[in-house]
Amino acid sequence: MEPSNLALFWTAVVVGSILVYVILDGFDLGVGVLFGTVRDEAVRVEMMNAIAPVWNGNETWLVVIGTSLFAAFPAAYAVFMGAYYIPILLLLCGLIFRGIAFEFRFRTERMRPFWDWGFFLGSTVMGFVQGAAVGAMIRGIPVSNGQYSGGVFGWLKPFAIMTGIGLVLGYALLGAAWLVLKSEGPLREWARRRIPWLATAVLAIMLVAFVTTKHLDPHARGNLQARPWGIVFAATGILALIAVIVGSRSKRDGFPFAMTVLSFLSAFLALGTMFWPYIIPYRITVGNAVAPDASLSFLFYGAVVILPLIILYTARVYWAFRGKIREA
Amino acid sequence: MTPGMGALDPVFLSRLQFGFVISFHIIFPSFTIGLAAWLATIEGMRLATGNQVYRRVFDFWLKVFALSFGMGVVTGVVMAFQFGTNWGVLSERMGAIQGPLLGYETFTAFMLEATFFGVMLLGRERVSPRFYFIACCMVSLGTMFSSFWILCNNSWMQVPIGHTIIDGRIIPANWWAITTGPIVRVRWPHMLLGAFLTSGMSVVATGAWYTLRGIHQSERRVMLHWGLGLVAVLIPMQMFVGNLTGGYIHKYQPAKFAAIEARWKTQQPASEVLLAIPDPSAERNLFAIEVPKLGSYIESGNWDSRELGLEAFAPEDRPPVMIPFFAFRIMVGMGMLMLVTSWLGVILRWRGILETSRWFLWCAFLAFPTGFIAVLCGWFTAEVGRQPWVVYGLLRTKDAVTPSLTTGDVTFSLLAYIVVYGTFGSFGLYYIYRLLRDGPSGEALAIPGATANRPMAVAGDAQTATGNQLRTRS
Repeated sequence: MEPSNLALFWTAVVVGSILVYVILDGFDLGVGVLFGTVRDEAVRVEMMNAIAPVWNGNETWLVVIGTSLFAAFPAAYAVFMGAYYIPILLLLCGLIFRGIAFEFRFRTERMRPFWDWGFFLGSTVMGFVQGAAVGAMIRGIPVSNGQYSGGVFGWLKPFAIMTGIGLVLGYALLGAAWLVLKSEGPLREWARRRIPWLATAVLAIMLVAFVTTKHLDPHARGNLQARPWGIVFAATGILALIAVIVGSRSKRDGFPFAMTVLSFLSAFLALGTMFWPYIIPYRITVGNAVAPDASLSFLFYGAVVILPLIILYTARVYWAFRGKIREA
Repeated sequence: MTPGMGALDPVFLSRLQFGFVISFHIIFPSFTIGLAAWLATIEGMRLATGNQVYRRVFDFWLKVFALSFGMGVVTGVVMAFQFGTNWGVLSERMGAIQGPLLGYETFTAFMLEATFFGVMLLGRERVSPRFYFIACCMVSLGTMFSSFWILCNNSWMQVPIGHTIIDGRIIPANWWAITTGPIVRVRWPHMLLGAFLTSGMSVVATGAWYTLRGIHQSERRVMLHWGLGLVAVLIPMQMFVGNLTGGYIHKYQPAKFAAIEARWKTQQPASEVLLAIPDPSAERNLFAIEVPKLGSYIESGNWDSRELGLEAFAPEDRPPVMIPFFAFRIMVGMGMLMLVTSWLGVILRWRGILETSRWFLWCAFLAFPTGFIAVLCGWFTAEVGRQPWVVYGLLRTKDAVTPSLTTGDVTFSLLAYIVVYGTFGSFGLYYIYRLLRDGPSGEALAIPGATANRPMAVAGDAQTATGNQLRTRS
């Protein structure tokens, strides 16, 4: 079934929200991962302050994804949530722990180590399950009668574990690049030293994942052969990561972040080239999963008012907290 | 036994899990809907009278509001995923209607966060008093509007209208009917009044608490007088609207009605069971206090109508009896307590002995949870009474669950939610308790790093919200 214009609009909303989410929440999850590797309280406070005004807004996009998926693609929503029962559970628990750690760690001295562990583990688990979910998607999700038909740990394959670790490292890279952008002095130097190592590891995992997929998966191979221009995205992603490694000593503090974002964007588009027109790869297409037009048009009016408003508001918050974080 | 009841299968455990996470969630929205209206009222009074005591009361409840709002948002995120994870068939088949309604709810909440909520939390010094008051009113309207979508969704599950079925697919045909139908028209006001009463009783109890401890003299007076007055006016309204809610159940869900009444046999004329110990296995009441003929009068308006008992329905179409029966009676009982407390309080105040009647202040303080209990029990009645259907007449609960789930999977997730919510909830409630215990303090401090979508930070102060205190110390 060919998707209608409304269906394409909602595809754009879902895909766009995922991309925005991955980049925005990606850097603050990454800061959470890096948070676990330092002990010094002053540095930890500075890391927290680098993401304090924005982290909660970043997670807003996760809700936009969930809601839009349910409203516009209920068939895909049902399969994803069933297939990722455990990852979603871990994601939500991670999200809750991270969120409360943020608000509660400063209110108590005694419980602080507990909340700090919650912040680190919550961030790491969220990154891991997101990466593993992408890996599981690449390898295919079993579906019968419109419902997920695998086991609850069906997603946990070696390939998915690798992509899960890859995304944790990728988020840590984004987080380190964000810290370089937002901080000065010792923290900036500390973050800068970590960038080449993280970027190298991410590059290695991305290459292995790409080659494995191309060799193991006939659908992905077919799609890549039918769309040879897709290789541009893969190449851009690799070049951007090399630029991150080479340019990590750059005087321009925004350079590593910009290049890391470019590599994420390229990887995202490369995945799109592999998957389109499937929403559940190689099982359910966008056209088959989409809700009836009567549903799509009803929520359309809400979306054209709300989404620009969320974007404007997000931009305003980022603008208000632009520049380096200041000493108190 | 109803299918899916009793046996520890994925259906029963998923119901338990949904019941657990949504019960936990509903506590916070019902509190914040009422608090937002309360804050708008108090800010309006400050604007009208210029009396600074209203400002201190406002600043205090704003912190409680911010913390509860934050807890509501976090537990609400979980809800956005529950439909899909455990109720895959429901999501797939009913998503065309439920998806957009829940989507609008999320959008409404975002709209609030992105606009007037920020002004209300952090913009006191940046806008004119008049605009600030408008922002408070808009936040209050927004929270009510947010609940409107939830009630649309749930009312459609209770009595599905405005859809067509084409090739087995549920397609929305009339959104106007879905969003303004006869069911949502009575249930939404019922929920709103429930939320107002919940917060009203909390305000009363807080005022009584300070009076008993002899602190915050001028602020506690505002809380006691306003809270008692509001509850005294709202509770008769709620009883009237609640009665209308009973009317829709009688008309559209007769099996639920019979379960609430614990009426096993069809009767003409029907008696009204006030209190009983139902025995579901024997299909009778072990002990019952009944009023003859009253049931017919309450339900149909005459003393001789024929009212259906549970025997009129096939066993597989009957809801469980115990929970609807008792939850309904607890809800009504809480309503009675609120009525007595508020009217007694108003009388004591009129006679000028309110603040010296310690026995009454103790009762008012202990009545703190009445609104919360009533809201929860009302929802238990509505949801358990709808069984064995998840969407009444269209989809049975046992057919709606995600087919790939096993008993072990759902046991694991349920335990995980209990542990996480237990930790998170106890800390959240502890901080709300601490705020309430300490009461109004001086000026609210500006909080660096706090934004409207980080409301919990507002409930702290400048030092604790970002750790700046620690920085200057080190």
